[in-house]
Formats: sequence, structure tokens, C-alpha cells
Amino acid sequence: MKAFLMYRDRDFDAKQPLPWNEQSLRQDLALDTLFAAMAAGDEFIFEVSKRAVLTGIHNRPDDIFYRQDVLKDCRSNPAIVRNIYRIAAEGLESEKKNYLGFLCRYPSGILSRSIEILQLCVEALRQLRNIADEYAGRFMSDGFVTLFTTLKRELSDDYFATIEGHLTTLKFSDGVLMSAGLGRGNKGVNYVLHRPSNLKQGWLERVFGRSSVYAYTIADRDEAGARALSELRDRGIDLVANALAQSCDHILSFFNALRTELAFYIGCLNLDARLSQLGAPVCFPVPSEAGERRHTCQGLYDVCLALTMKQKVVGNELNADDKTLVIITGANQGGKSTFLRSIGQAQLMMHSGMFVAAESFSANVCDNLFTHYRREEDATMSSGKLDEELSRMNDIVNHISPDSMLLFNESFAATNEREGSEIARQIVTALIEQNLKVCYVTHLYDFAHSFFERKPGNAIFLRAVRQDDGKRTYQLIEGEPLQTSYGKDLYIKMARKNPKDNLAVSP
Amino acid sequence: MDNQQKNAGHLSKAFHSILSGHPGIAVETEAMPPYFVDLNLDQIIDSITEDKKEYDLKPFFYTPLTDRDSIIYRQEIFRDLEAIDLLDRLEAFAWNMRTMRDCLARADKLYYPGQKEAWFLEAVITYCHAVSDLARDLDTARLNSRGLLAFRDYLKAYGWSDRFTTLFAEAKQIAAGLAAIRYSIIIKGSTIKVRPYESEPDYSADIGQTFEKFRQGQVKDYASKLPDYAEMNHVEAKVLEFVAMLNPDIFTRLKDFCLKSREFRDETVVVFDREIQFYIVCLDHMEKFSGSGLPFCYPGLSNPGKDIFCHDGFDLALAGKLLDKKAAVVCNDFYLDGKERIIVVSGPNQGGKTTFARTFGQLHYLARLGCPVPGRDARLFVSDRLFTHFERQENIGNLSGKLQDDLVRITEILDQATPDSIIILNEIFTSTALSDAIFLSRTVMEKIHGLDALCVCVTFIDELSVFSEKTVSMVSTVVPENPAARTFKIIRKPSDGLSYALSLSEKYRLTYKSLKERLNHESVSHVPRS
Repeated sequence: MKAFLMYRDRDFDAKQPLPWNEQSLRQDLALDTLFAAMAAGDEFIFEVSKRAVLTGIHNRPDDIFYRQDVLKDCRSNPAIVRNIYRIAAEGLESEKKNYLGFLCRYPSGILSRSIEILQLCVEALRQLRNIADEYAGRFMSDGFVTLFTTLKRELSDDYFATIEGHLTTLKFSDGVLMSAGLGRGNKGVNYVLHRPSNLKQGWLERVFGRSSVYAYTIADRDEAGARALSELRDRGIDLVANALAQSCDHILSFFNALRTELAFYIGCLNLDARLSQLGAPVCFPVPSEAGERRHTCQGLYDVCLALTMKQKVVGNELNADDKTLVIITGANQGGKSTFLRSIGQAQLMMHSGMFVAAESFSANVCDNLFTHYRREEDATMSSGKLDEELSRMNDIVNHISPDSMLLFNESFAATNEREGSEIARQIVTALIEQNLKVCYVTHLYDFAHSFFERKPGNAIFLRAVRQDDGKRTYQLIEGEPLQTSYGKDLYIKMARKNPKDNLAVSP
Repeated sequence: MDNQQKNAGHLSKAFHSILSGHPGIAVETEAMPPYFVDLNLDQIIDSITEDKKEYDLKPFFYTPLTDRDSIIYRQEIFRDLEAIDLLDRLEAFAWNMRTMRDCLARADKLYYPGQKEAWFLEAVITYCHAVSDLARDLDTARLNSRGLLAFRDYLKAYGWSDRFTTLFAEAKQIAAGLAAIRYSIIIKGSTIKVRPYESEPDYSADIGQTFEKFRQGQVKDYASKLPDYAEMNHVEAKVLEFVAMLNPDIFTRLKDFCLKSREFRDETVVVFDREIQFYIVCLDHMEKFSGSGLPFCYPGLSNPGKDIFCHDGFDLALAGKLLDKKAAVVCNDFYLDGKERIIVVSGPNQGGKTTFARTFGQLHYLARLGCPVPGRDARLFVSDRLFTHFERQENIGNLSGKLQDDLVRITEILDQATPDSIIILNEIFTSTALSDAIFLSRTVMEKIHGLDALCVCVTFIDELSVFSEKTVSMVSTVVPENPAARTFKIIRKPSDGLSYALSLSEKYRLTYKSLKERLNHESVSHVPRS
């Protein structure tokens, strides 16, 4: 029995490794804000959402549509979905209530613990069956339809009766019958437990009447003997205890899978609620195959910025179908980084099956997303910093794949403009010739402008605008790269004006 | 045993030891030679013997041979073991012998006779398997070495002896009888009953079946956290007693067998078991490296001449560490022809000079053990003694004291060295002024020159590299385009000082040209992670 709400044909692996660059992705795209909004205080949902978003990069359009459908069902029936989530969580609680303590190192302890858990699990399973009976008709997605059908088919009344039968037998009221052979050093091995015959009484006598039997009774005060006897009994029931405990684990891991996979959708519901409070729009994105180059959106905004500022923020438009290179230049604080973040966030959210923060959005899926951001804001012109940036770029190239997408933010500016531009130009040229998708925020004019001059058909140039009064609109427009960013001018001006102040900073 | 040795005698020379063809040649010493630490031989031997500590093999490795014939005796055995893939079989033999020792130790410690006897029986059977399997494997192997041929004859004769065949047959019969027993136990309250087994189905399978539909992949194994002592408690002993009463014949035979078979082991086989490990650990160790493309060879021996060479030699201790880190190992060549005796190594720091000196020393030492040496092809000199002088870190605080130490140690070396010795000097006299260092170094070089001994001298003093017609200059090198990068190649050329500049982008292979190559390559080789 499987939940299969994340994939059509397999479980969602909540322990799967995060991509090697998860730290960079989380930091550069401010993803923890997103996860926190999804979690709404629930640590478990935070973890699951984090894993679903960061590992979604390998999902293809089919996987994405499957989840979008499940998510649409969740949005139509939030109360029922939250109820299933609660039942799964309670089923799992049965394990915590029965602590796997000291006694449970022994088969008899394991056995009685498993019986307790099983009784609670059976209760939770009955509740799930009832929900399936009552509400299945309200769900349309393949994921939920399959789940409810499975519950109804597998959890019949007969089946519940069989389980009750085992629970009675396992009390061993007639004693324990087992067999063994001689192993190394003539110690007993291969202990196997046998189910006593159906006859209510006399089976021992019946059996013993036929062959030679030797009997030994532990003396009343022989404590070591009593221990040894119960140890021997344990050896007999060991396999059965194991089988039952494993069965419990299987049932619990079904609850766990159900809870984990629902946690992601509950996270989506939570985020949905937050954004609709802010009046910020969301839409289901339209993914296309990895081999295509599509990127078109309207009203795309930085979801984490909206969540942080607790208000609707400015959205941007991008028409970059059949483009592989987007170069973004222009004013500092003009919304370049915000835009780059929103591109990355939307890509990951789309891959994970979520809605995205835009009025409309369509893009090809990629098979890897890399961010290459300048790590600190200060512009020390040291080769050590450039070395570090190149080293990170090297790591990226080591992991690159044919349909990767790369987001650069002010990369390779840790040297003078000419050298930085040359390094960036060579890297970006090689990348786009390989048809990799590149978005590059830069103030390296030489670099940006040389691409513009070449007028390649597969590139698009965006510029952050600043009005003449210095106010920023946070809106990007298509346009030729400008000679300079304003911040640098300002810095130079200040440095010229007050050279002594700069020297006299330290006490 | 006398009888068996006679039988073996007319096929080939009588077997003496797998480590030496002649009685009277020492094959083990307790003390580690003084130069071991300098050459990192201690690390190598630790690494070689690490997994086989129980055999106490280090004394073998502390004992270099001094005559050609003994070295060749071992090289023959190594070649045989490599050529005919006998290693697995010898490992199996060793495993059996080890298991046998464990069983005997168990039998010794345990209390209940039914148990002691069972462990003793297992020891005997394991030993018999060890001997008969090995005899069979050797018999079909195409052997060429004097050592293994002699041992094969010995083992064959022993394996056919009445003493051995009777022992084996009887042990097997008894074991089969015990294994066939199965019995049932009923526990109710404080009473336990034992009776013969009557087939009934396994209940755990029934449980598993019921919950099969929930199966979700791997789950924890809850089975058998029960203490599994070799010992029995008195309840188990009672059960065994009942089982013996249910099966009296076989238990009586077991008891008689144990009484009459106490001294079942053959001394020559026992000694062979330890000594053959010398070869096994060497080959196992070598395997780790040759798997990564690092070559080993059996060196030719140059004596009485001093023309030596090695192609693609490498530092075995360093290579071990690099392999663990999956880093590349750099190999180096050297040779000495005609009058050449002294290699003077200079060049940039961290460029592999010390490694080169160690490699030279390791190769010559390992050759004297009769071992394969790390290199593709080599001819090496069988020295009478080996001396090393490496910088000692601990005295760095006290410079004048250190210079004195250096001088004392160098003088001792020069007093003891003979024309047949090998001397390895690494950065001597670094603790004194340059002019002093030059003067003292020249004095030492003159002495070595006079001795006509083989020597490697690592130094920052360029002048030494053109000291005389006996000296050869070798230099650590850098990558021409990026002088910050070391190649760790040491090549024959005049000493010079190199300046260097840096190209970061190329260092990370991120220039247009390099990146294109990488992208083409990595896109093609990319395996999609589903």
C-alpha cells in the first residue's frame, strides 16, 4: 500500500540528498523565507517543503502536472486533506507512545510492544477507510483517486478480522512450541516457532504420547534458570516478534509516507493562504520539455520579498522564449537581484509542482539550477576573492549537465573591469554556445556591451531603471546596457571629495 | 614426519622455509632499522601488515637480505604467486588456519564437555580442509620457484599419509551425524520438554503474509539481539544433555575421537602458515596500487656494478595517502651510469625533492627484502648498509645545538659507511649560515666522493650539483604556464631558479577553450539523475 501523492509510481524520499549546492541556492534565492511561510511553524512541514523544493529539479513536466492536479484537489478540499494528515500523524504517534526501551531488546518485549502499536494502527486504518468511503467522490486527481481506491480495496472487514485472530494467538496461552537444530559448539540454532494445533486442549499430551520425551523443571529459587528459560523462549519467538515488528514498521512507514507527502501539500496550502492575504497573485506554471528554451511570464515577483515585507510587490515581465542568455544591467538597488531571485524561485517552485508567484508563467524544465553570486558586498580587489569565485565556478562546471540553468549575480567583478569582463565573456560564451540557459546580473559594462554589440539572436538585455529624481521603480525594461552603475560613481565622488576621512576611519 | 620428508626428498631439495632456501640465514629481527622513520618505511610496513597483526610479520620486514641468491629465492616465489593466481587459495588456507586456532581457543575455555568436544571437532575439520585444499591447489599449479616446489612435495606427502587421511574421514562422519539432528522444545510455565522434531509450519511466515500489503521497502531488523555467547547456561546444557540422550551413538563417537586426536597439527604446516603471509601481505598491498595504474616490478640486481636505474618509481608511503584521497601519484625516473654515484636534488620547495629521496631509499630497501618495488622497471644495488640523515623538527629551537647534532650524526654515518653502502642526505646544515652550509656540505661530499658510495643529496645549495664527475644534478620542476603549480617531477637538468606568474582562470580551466572542452566532455558523459 502506497501513498503515491508526489509521484505516480514511487514514494517521495524525504531522506534523499539535497543537491550539492543547496547552501548556495537557499542563500542566494532566500528560500528559507519561503519554507518558513509554507511551514507556518511546523518543523516537519519545513523539512519536507525544503526537500521537495530543492530536489524537484529532476522532475519532468509529467511529474509536475501530476502534483499540480493533486494540489488543485487539496485547494478544493482543504479540511478533508488536513484531516487525513492528522490521522496519519496520530497513527505515527502510536509508535512514540510505545517507547522502544530497554525491555524491547528482548523478543517478548518487542512482541508485546508490536501488539500495542498494531492495535492503535488498526484504529487509524479504520478511520482512513471511513474517509475513503465518505469523500472519495470529491477528488479528481489521479493521485487521490488511486489512494482512495487502494484504501477501500485493501482494508476490507475480513482483513481486519484476520488481524484480530493473530493478536489472540500471539498470547501463547497454551505454551510455546518450537524446534531447533545443533549449531557450532552444539548450541541450539535455527529456532522456529510453530503455531499450536487448533485443538483447544490436550495437544501437548497428544504429541508426547507418541515419542520419547525428557522434561526438566526449573527449581523455584533458581533465578538464573528462570532467566535462561525465558531467554530460550525468546529465541523461539524471536522470528515471530521480528515479523510482527517489521509488519508494524511497514504500516507505520505507510503512515509516514502519507504524512510526509501530504506535508508538502499542506505547506502549499499555508503559503497560498498567506499570499492571498497579501493580495499577491499566484498561478499554476506551464512547464515544457527540457530541450526547449522557453521563459515567458507576467507579473513575476520575488515571493520571499513579498513575504518579508508583508505586502504585494512589483512584478516583472519577461519574454525570453528561444533565448539562452538574459543580461541584466542598470541602477543599483533597482530590482536586478530581486528579479534574478524571482527567476530562480519560480523555476524551483514549478519543478516541485507548486504554483508560482506570478500572473502567468511558462518555462522549460531544466536538469540543474546553479547560482553564482558574489559572496560579499564589499569590493576588495584581491586576487584571493577572484580565486574563490573562479573556484566556485569550477565546482559548478564539474556538476553541469546539458539543460542546466545558471544565475550569475555580479560575478567576476572582484578584479578590474577589463579582466573581469574578459573572464565573464569567455565563460558565458562557452556556456551559451552549449545552449545552457544563463541569466547574468552585472555592472561589467565591457562584458555586457560586447554581447550587445554582437547582437546574438539568442540573447535579451534588461535594464533596471531609475527615474531622474533618483527614485527607483524596481521595474526592468528591455534595453541596451548603460555605461555605468550609479553607485560606483557615487563612491568615487565621495572618495575624491574626502580623501582624509577615508584614511581617518580607524581610531 | 621424518618419513614424509624422505618421500619429498627425491623430487627436489628438501623444504626448509618459504622465506629462505638456506638454513642459517636470518629471516627475522625484533628491532626496527634506524633509517625506517626517515624513509617512511615504518608507514609502509604498518600499512602492509596492518590487517594481519596476529602473524607478527614486522620482524620479517626489519630484516633485509644481503646476498643475491636469497633475494632471488623470494622473487621467484612472488612471481609464482602473481603468475598463477594462487593468492586466493593461500588466503583461504590462512583463513582456515585462523579459524582452527579460534576453535581450539574456544574448546579450551568452555565448560560443558558436549560443547568443548564440538569445538575441537570443528578445529580438526577446519585444519584438514586447510591442508587438503592447499595440497590440491598446489598440485594443479604450474610452479617455478624453488621454494613453492619444495613445499608442494612436502605437503603432498603429508596429505597422503595415513595419519592425515584417517583423521579427516572420521571427523567428517561425526560432524554429519550431529548436523542431521533436529529436536522440538515445549516451554510452559517453568517446565521445559525435549522430544524429536515433527514437521510443523513456521508461524512467522504466516504473520509476514498477513501484512505483506504494507511492505514499504527496507525496515529495521528486530531479530536476534539476544546475547549469542559461545558459552551455554545450565538450561541449554540440560537441553543438550537431553538431545544426547535422544541420540546416544553419535555423542559417544565424538567423545572418543577428541580423546585420541589431541596432537593433530603438523609443525612445518604451522610455520608455513605464518611465513607465507609475508608474500600475501606484500601482494595485497601492491594490488591496491596496481589497480590504480601504478606499476611494480622485480628489480634486477646490479652488484657488483653500480649502474642502477628506475623508471616510474614512486614513494609507496605517499602514494598510499594520495590513493586514499583519490589524488594522482607522480612517478619519477633516475639512473646512474659509469662513474656517476651521487644524485644532487635541488629546485623549488614543495616540489617533491624529499619524496624523491625517500623513493630512492625505499626502492633499495624493498629490493633487499626480495619484494616487488614501486616502479615500472628497475635495476638496483644490493647494499651492505643504508644510512639516512633527514632534518629533525624537534630541535629547531636550538640552532647551535642542532648544527652540532647534524655534525655528530653525519660523522657517525661517514665512519660506518663502506663503498657498498647507500647514503641519503636530506637538507643537511639548514640551520647554519649559507657560507658555513656550503663549506660543511662540500666537506661531506668530498668524503662520499672518496668512498665511492651511492648517495642521494637533497639540498638548496646549487653548487653541490656540479661537485665532481660523480655527481648528477636533478631538479624539481613546475608547470611552464603556471609556475605556482608543481609537477612533482624530478628531472635530470642543471639547477636553475624559476620565476612565475599566475593565470587564475586557466588554473580552474575556465578560459573559453578549456571550458568548451570540459562542457563537451561533461555534457556527453553526463548521466541524468532521475
